[in-house]
Amino acid sequence: MLAIPVLALEVLCRTGVVDPMTIIPPSDMLASMLAQIASGDITDSMEQTFSTIAAAFALAVAGGTLIGAAVHAQPRLRRAIDPLLASYYSVPTFIFYPLLVALLGLGMAPLVMIGVLSAAPAVVISTLAGLDGVPPVLLRVARIQRLGRARTLWLIVLPAAMPRLFSGFKLALSYSLIGVIAGEFILSGSGLGYAISFAYQSFDNRAMYGLMLFVLLVAVLANGILYTWEGHLARRRVRG
Amino acid sequence: MTSDTPHASLTGVTRRFGGAQPVHALGPIDLDLARGEFFSVVGPSGCGKSTLLDVLSGLGKPTSGTVSFEGKAVSGSVPDGVGVVFQEDASFPWLTVRNNVAFGLRRAGVDPAEINRRVDHAVGFMGLSQFAGHYPAQLSGGMRQRVCIARTLVQQPRLILLDEPFGALDQQTRLLMGDELLRLWRETGATVLLITHALDEAAMLSDRVGVMSARPGRFIDLVETGWERDRDSRIVSDPAFGAITSRLWSSLRTESLKTLGRVA
Repeated sequence: MLAIPVLALEVLCRTGVVDPMTIIPPSDMLASMLAQIASGDITDSMEQTFSTIAAAFALAVAGGTLIGAAVHAQPRLRRAIDPLLASYYSVPTFIFYPLLVALLGLGMAPLVMIGVLSAAPAVVISTLAGLDGVPPVLLRVARIQRLGRARTLWLIVLPAAMPRLFSGFKLALSYSLIGVIAGEFILSGSGLGYAISFAYQSFDNRAMYGLMLFVLLVAVLANGILYTWEGHLARRRVRG
Repeated sequence: MTSDTPHASLTGVTRRFGGAQPVHALGPIDLDLARGEFFSVVGPSGCGKSTLLDVLSGLGKPTSGTVSFEGKAVSGSVPDGVGVVFQEDASFPWLTVRNNVAFGLRRAGVDPAEINRRVDHAVGFMGLSQFAGHYPAQLSGGMRQRVCIARTLVQQPRLILLDEPFGALDQQTRLLMGDELLRLWRETGATVLLITHALDEAAMLSDRVGVMSARPGRFIDLVETGWERDRDSRIVSDPAFGAITSRLWSSLRTESLKTLGRVA
């Protein structure tokens, strides 16, 4: 299905209908991407960007879940925070990058923070929704089974809330990826985002599109893995 | 513990809820359950039947009075040996039928071979063997309720509390589930307290039936059915069955009208 627009683009580029300064044929994009990977030119950038994204994702998931659980346990706190969460994503968080650099220095830390600031609220929101959705009768079963707070959380609340939690994790992956790449693009001196920006400013379309394709494929693959995993978990809970 | 000592008892128990609009939900209630007895509670909506279950199981603390089980006081925490089947579906959607039933045993650290044996027995007893590997979402409401009963049964509770467990089922299924409940009762020798709004169910299944008044719920009648232990749903054709049901209704009717805000 995707093949049709890709093929159309290939034809339009090869026949000169589309200017190569604007966009290059998909086959050239692919060739450029493979060449850059093979040559080892972008290995450092890859390592840096992926490790930054991974760190941001892990922190966002862990921190967001803990914060969500803590807020859920305090209704007054929740009432105060709800409007903030609702309007959070209208703020472009990488405007805080200079502040983060001032606080955390140059290097990975401010970029990880941007990823976390982008992704964590989605996890907080989905954690709140997940905890809200635990059927009260299951908590009563936990008491009849004499489980205690920790085991109730681990054995009953967490699995019951997992579908909604998982939605938050998927969003967290997307947001941390976007946050880090955008942060590198605009404000950093290294990483894949920076490499794309540098290619753009050097009018190196070939390199730029090759890198863009690579980032696109990585994002799609990572999300695809999570979607498949989620589908596998969800299949059990749907009336078959 | 002598055979005269009640297995479980409530003495002068009341339950009030505070807050902006305080509610006197239950009591005072005095009830002694003999070991191995099958006792049903019927009453109008909102009379406190579920509150009674909460207090007896240890899920809720009485505002006044005492609750005891096997000679020990029950207050705010659930004692060992109590099983509860709730009205709502309480099966765990993320576990198969088998793992649902095994849940309590695994937490208690029972030997795996013993777990398998007991789970197989409980699953078979409740007619779920074919579905042992299925997830609750793939089962009907009645079957999910049977999973919950199997999960309770497998831990061999000495006191089984059921809160309108068959409320969502059709009449025929209810009658058959009643038969299964009686089999379970005979097999385990447990003391059973069943809350139901169905008078025929109470009359058919129980040794004694307690009729509760409108809120705050108190017992206004205690009916002894005198049935043989070895009974099933065919008892509905016994003449005594009609007499018991009509006695229950004549006690209950006035209270039900009160709940609707009308006078008899």
